[in-house]
This record gives sequence, C-alpha cells and structure tokens, in this order.
Amino acid sequence: MAVTVSPMRDVVATPVQRAFREALYAGAIALGLFVLFIGLRTDQNISNELILVQRWGLLALVVILTAAGRFLYVAYAQPFLASLKVTDVATGLLPESLATRFFRLSYLFAAIVIAVVLLVLAGSLDELLGPDLAGYARFLRALAIIYAVASVMFYFRSFIHAHFSALGVSALALYPVIVVLTLALYTGSVAGGFQGSLKWVDNFGIQILIYVMLAWGLNIVIGLAGLLDLGYVAFYAVGAYAYALLGTHFGLSFWILLPAAGCMAAFWGVMLGFPVLRLRGDYLAIVTLAFGEIIRLVLINWREVTNGSAGVSGIPKVSFFGLMSFNVSDPNYIGKVLNIATSSAYYKIFLYYLILLLCLLTAFVTIRLRRLPVGRAWEALREDEIACRSLGINTTTTKLTAFATGAMFGGFAGSFFAARQGFVSPESFVFLESAIVLAIVVLGGMGSLGGIAVAALVMIGGTEALRELDFLKRVFGPDFTPELYRMLLFGMAMVIVMLWKPRGFVGSREPTAFLKEQKAVSGSFTKEGHG
Amino acid sequence: MNVQASQSDFILQVEHLSMKFGGLVAIGDLSFQARRGEITALIGPNGAGKTTVFNCITGFYKPTEGMITLNKRDGSTYLLERLPNHEIPARANVARTFQNIRLFSGMTLLENLLVAQHNKLMKASGYTFLGLFGFPSYRQASAESIELARHWLEKADLVDRADDPAGDLPYGAQRRLEIARAMCTGPELLCLDEPAAGLNPRESAALNELLMDIKNSTSILLIEHDMSVVMQISDHVVVLEYGRKISDGNPQSVRTDPRVIAAYLGVDDEEVETVLTEVGDEDVIEQLDTGPDSAHGPGNSASMMAGPVSDTVEHADEGERVTVSKGASKAAQVDARAASVASKPAPAAKPAAKSSTAKAPKRTAAKAPAAKADSTSKGKQAAAKPASGKRGGRK
Repeated sequence: MAVTVSPMRDVVATPVQRAFREALYAGAIALGLFVLFIGLRTDQNISNELILVQRWGLLALVVILTAAGRFLYVAYAQPFLASLKVTDVATGLLPESLATRFFRLSYLFAAIVIAVVLLVLAGSLDELLGPDLAGYARFLRALAIIYAVASVMFYFRSFIHAHFSALGVSALALYPVIVVLTLALYTGSVAGGFQGSLKWVDNFGIQILIYVMLAWGLNIVIGLAGLLDLGYVAFYAVGAYAYALLGTHFGLSFWILLPAAGCMAAFWGVMLGFPVLRLRGDYLAIVTLAFGEIIRLVLINWREVTNGSAGVSGIPKVSFFGLMSFNVSDPNYIGKVLNIATSSAYYKIFLYYLILLLCLLTAFVTIRLRRLPVGRAWEALREDEIACRSLGINTTTTKLTAFATGAMFGGFAGSFFAARQGFVSPESFVFLESAIVLAIVVLGGMGSLGGIAVAALVMIGGTEALRELDFLKRVFGPDFTPELYRMLLFGMAMVIVMLWKPRGFVGSREPTAFLKEQKAVSGSFTKEGHG
Repeated sequence: MNVQASQSDFILQVEHLSMKFGGLVAIGDLSFQARRGEITALIGPNGAGKTTVFNCITGFYKPTEGMITLNKRDGSTYLLERLPNHEIPARANVARTFQNIRLFSGMTLLENLLVAQHNKLMKASGYTFLGLFGFPSYRQASAESIELARHWLEKADLVDRADDPAGDLPYGAQRRLEIARAMCTGPELLCLDEPAAGLNPRESAALNELLMDIKNSTSILLIEHDMSVVMQISDHVVVLEYGRKISDGNPQSVRTDPRVIAAYLGVDDEEVETVLTEVGDEDVIEQLDTGPDSAHGPGNSASMMAGPVSDTVEHADEGERVTVSKGASKAAQVDARAASVASKPAPAAKPAAKSSTAKAPKRTAAKAPAAKADSTSKGKQAAAKPASGKRGGRK
C-alpha cells in the first residue's frame, strides 16, 4: 500500500507533500506505459494507407487522472483508512465503520425520495430534461434504487445471514411474480406486464440460474473433490446436444431426455476420469482443458450428425408434462387451455421455474451427498489423497464418482439450455464458458453453495446489467458498447474480490457432522486440492 | 524360540522381503514376525529402511521380492504384497499412521474419524443410493459411527475439541488423533510410524498409555526413535541397519547386543581399521555389495488403476535410501571383527554365524537368513502358503 521511501524523508513529509511526490511518479509511469498504447493509434486513411493518429489529448487526460487518483489516495484515503484502525481515546471504541457511515438512515430517505420522484416522472423525463440528461436521470434512479435495496439489506444483515437460504429460495420463487406485477402496475395492463417481464425473467433470471446450476455442478468436482477441471463445458455440450439431436430426430420428450442427457454426460465424465486418474494439479487441468476442446471440435467436424458449425435448430420446446404445450399452433396451447391471452412470456416463466427446480435439485443432492460417506470421501480426497488410501478408501471410484456427478449436473443444465434456446451450435461451448463457470466457483468460495450463487448473481447479473447502460453512448460516442467491456470488468471484479477475500465470498466450510455444536471451519485450514 | 508357535500366533510374517529402488537396496532380505496382541518395535538408525518396510506392508510400495503374510483372527490369511493399496486397510484390516502427520486438516476431528469408517458407512448407505433418499438404515449406521468416533476421541482425550478443525490442534494432539483415526477403521494390526516424534515427555507418557490400551484389542507394529517408548512398551524389538536385520529379540537382549550398540553409537575408528585390515577389506565390501539391479525398480502396483509407487507416495523418505559405501555398516564391522577373532583359522564358518546382514541376499535367499531353529519350519510355511492360505490379491 505505502510506497517505500527512505525513512528520513518520510518523517519530514506531510501526507500532502508525499502524495504530491507520488502523484508525479504515478503520472510519469502512466505516461511511459501509455504513450504508445493511447498516444498513438494506427489507422487507415481514405486511400487505404496506414497512418498514425495522434491522440495527445486523451493521453494527457489518462495521465492526469492517474496522477490525481494517486494524489487523492495517498493524501486522503490512506490517512482515512488508517484512522479507522485507531481507537478513540475517550471511549476506547473503534470509530464508525465505513459501512455504517455509508448506509445512513438520512441517505436512505434521500435515495427513496429521488427514486420515487424519478419513477413518477418516468414518462415525462425526456420532455423535461432533454434526451441527454434524461439518460443520466435514469442512471441516477437505478443507483438510488440499488442503494436503497443495499441499505435495507445492510440494516437487516443479521436476519438475512441467519435465514439466508430460506430467504434466497423464496425470493427466487417469487421473482417472476413480482416482476410481472410491478410491470403490470407500471404499464397499466396485464399483457404489458407479461411482455415487459420477458427481459427480466429470461435475460436475468434464467441466464443467472443456468450459471448457478453449472457452478454448483462444477463445485462438486473442484470445491469438494479438489479436482481442477477446466473442460467442464464439455459436459454442458454433451447434455445440450443429447437433447437437441434426440429431440429433433426422434421427437422424444424433454422429460425423458433430461435424465438421459444427465446419464450421457455422467458417462463422459467417467470417460474423462479414467485417463486422468493419475494426474494431479496442473497436469489434470491441462488434460481436462484439452478434453473440452476435443468435444467442441468433434461437434464442429462431425457434420453428418451434428450439422457442424451451423448447429442444430428447431429443437422442440418443453411441454408442461405433456398436459399443456407452449406452441401457439398446438391444440393444448396454454392460452387455449387456461383461456388467457397469447403471450411468449408464459414459456419463459415456465422455464424459469424449471431451471429453479433443477438448481434446487442440485443443491439438495450436493447437501445430502456431503453428509454421506461418498461426499466426506471427496472432501478427504481434497485434503490428503494418501491418507485416504491408508484408510481403505478406493480413490479410483471416489474420483470417478465426483467426475460423474459433476458432469451429470452439467448435462442437465445443457439439455435445459438447448430447450431454452431452441438452437445449439458449437459456438456456445467455447473454453470461455468453462473459465466463467470456474471463476464463479472460485469467487463464491469453493464448496459453498450460497457464496457461489451470490457470485453468479454478481458476475452474470452484472454483465447483463451493462447492456442497460445505453446512456454511456452519449458520453463516449455512438460506437461505444458497454457490454464489450464486460470481460474487463469481470477481471477487475475478480482481482478486487481476491484481494479482499482470498478464499471467495464464503471462505469457511460447514462441517458435515458435529458432536456438540456446529462451528464453521475457517478457510485457512481447508486445502484447495491438487488434482 | 518360535518353533512351537503355531502359524496363527503370528499376526504378521515378513519373509525375505527386499525392496530396491533402481540400484539402491532399501531393504535386503528382511524376515521377521509380529505376534498377535504384542507391540513389535522396528528400530534402527536414520535411513535404515524402517519406513520402507511400513510402506511395503501397507501397500504403498510393492516389494521387489518377498512375502508379507497377515493372519487374521478369524483364520483368514492375506498376502499383503498382492493386495491393492486401499484394500489392505479395507480387507486385511491393517491401519497405519504417517511419520509426517497426514490429517484432513480442513475437516473437524469428528469428520476425520467418520472418514475412517468410510467402507462400513458406504455399505450402510447402500453405496450412496439408499442414503440419498434418507433410508433409516443409514441413519442408524451413522449414529453408530459417531458413537465409535466419540469412543476413540475419549480414549485419545480429544473429545472436547471434537468440532474443531484438525489443523487447529497442537502437534501432540494431532499425533493422537491420527492414531484414533487409524483405530476407527477397526484394524487387527496397527502400524505406527514414529508416533512419539516431536512429543514432550508428558505427551509421550500419555501416548504410551494410549498404546498400552490399544494393545488389548489390536496388535501394534511400531517404528520409534524414542528409546524410552520402545523399551517401556514393546514386547519384541527388531533392529534394522542399512535395510538388513541386525538384531531381533526382547528389549533387554536387544539393548545389550553389541551390534545394535555399534549401529547406533558407531565403532572406534582404530577398531574399524584393524578390523578391515585383519579381514581383508575386499571381503567385507564384496559381501555388502549386492550389485545394482536396475531391472527391479519399485514394482508396479497389482491394481491396474493405481499408479506406480513413485507416483503415489512422495519421497519423504530420502533418508531411507541406502548407499552402501565401504564398510558403512557398523554392525557388519562388529561381525567382521568377531569373525576375524573367533574364526581366523576357518573363515568359511563365518556366514553361518548370526551375521545375516553381511550376506548377499541373492546367494542366500534360498536359505533362511537367520540361521535359527525355526528356519526350516518357516521355509515350509512359505512354500505351503500360496496353496493352502486364503488367496489375497484381486478377487
């Protein structure tokens, strides 16, 4: 944190002087780093010649911002952070924490007022403020709402902590209902409510829950058994293609193919498991990565079966156990059966509840398995494989069951994905997907279901939310697309979380059995496993 | 002295065991027995091959040559060198601890002991399927396993810390927990690798008490450097030096054996010199030098699935490697001196003396090395075992 300077000068310099000096250093370093990155840019002119575009203004801006940031940090932020650790002489108490200062009741009221006023004026914002300011106003409204929700969560944090899973599950179960009702009130019609809910239920709800399920599946392999698997997306692909091909060619129902896809993915999990049984750590990671790529390349090149890069389209929709269908042309279309208006939102809401159920199944099985001997053996394997063998645990079958179980949930998620998209192509199963799922597991805290769900919410929800920041186009020009920066933000968020909590959001581990009282095991004792 | 003892009196019989790592002979033609209900101690200077013997017995290494027989209480017999690694604790009921403690540090004490009961619980949970749906049979077995864990936690005096992570325990408690964990597998033979290493005298005394308690139900094979532990509790001591047995008997006889004293304390330099010149240096070296045998690396595992041994056990045993240099074995020097004094006129009589160590195992493998009264009966057993005994190895 503090830059090392010679102690003699350190004694003399006040924070502001020191900050000034360090700001100059930071500016010089930024200039050296960015002079070629930002200052010069190659481009084509009208006659297709390569020319250098000079951007000294932008460079100056970046350098000044860097220097100013360093100045503010050293001059004000560092003394402030240090003062938080100094106890008050009179009371002997630590000063108010940053969080209590940030979440003041008065701020909460202000935020609520801003949000309500801007919500009421929502329709007439453009006329009142013009398009530019209206964009900022909407952003401010979003911030105010997020702040209000965050402070409510802060005030009830102990309650939330105590009832985390019950609250989480009920919030997830009520989510589509709340979205539809809110939007119905907002637009003034039920049909409008359903139509508007599409984005919230599909892009946010289903998308996040798919990743929650994938991350929970991978958590069995990495978090519990400690086997670093970089090719998890392969099982997702196996599940998706199993449903896509069997569903389109043989017309089998989703409810038959879901378990079948899970079994096939588990089979491939065992197929992968056999050759890598003896590998550990980095070697295991490389081989699993290669396995993921092999599956993708087979999907691309085995044209007769998979239709290559063009993918498989026209994948049948899921029906409500055959009782109601979601195809408008079918005689048992849900709108006709229930006598309600035709809308594509019903299918999305149905899919939302379906993936929610699949997620809960994954969580239930994981929690149960952890308390069974096989789950304990997985965790023991992560801690010490040699000790496992000295206790008579067959490490071969234990590893294979971990691979198979993790892969099975990947397969479930894959067949759901195929049903939701109606189209699969190898493009959906690139290594980046494995990396994202792995990042969610690591960020959430290996082995903890709650932490992983929160990490998926932050990561996937956050990147989806970037699409909503359209007003930034007005700031950075029309060809600025915020969602292109999502991987950058993803990386930055990971670095910050790893600095702040090296073991992920939830670093501790819940014991699976206890004699007197259940105490969480600190993350400093658990091992990450080495393959 | 063991002539009258019937086969089942011995829980463990190690016969002509050799373990070579490339050209290094870690164990050369070692034979000894451990009686049921006794504590047998395996001692020797650093690098004598004690841990290698343990790794052979518990299946972490596959021996290059030799036979390791385990006789269970119910009369069944297992050839341990043929069993895959994890079946030795599971089927032959041999449990072990490690020189460098190997606990599941992120799991609580109770969980550590429950993992040790894996195979029993696995059966009770219907190989996971019944347990997944919450069948009552598993719940009952689970409660019983917790009771067993509590029993051993109480014996090890750790019950107060049952819900703490194992990595949080002080060193001595970790040693006791590792023993308790091994006992939870329900072993007939418990192999302890230096259980008293790093313990203070009080902890050491507590450990002695625990071991004496365990001895009532389970035979113990013990590696130990702490002579106070060895002399107090063991009933039988086997001394190794450079992978060969130099002494075998009760603690008192071993303690006074000049070969053992020489192995531990060394021989005076002048003595060595005189001895070497008297016998003729070449002779001693030739006897010691068994020659590198690169064809016999660490044997491959009997299981197709398990990797080669070097893969599975990290080489914490650098010290166990034998480098037989000129006149390295102190015991051999004592022998040589004795031989040179006693049998100068008839050097051929020397190998028949009790110098099992100074012999090349290849040449004498057919003969029993310790030319004692029981050598013939042992040979017979060895020949009869594969036919009559219950076959070990893969079903």
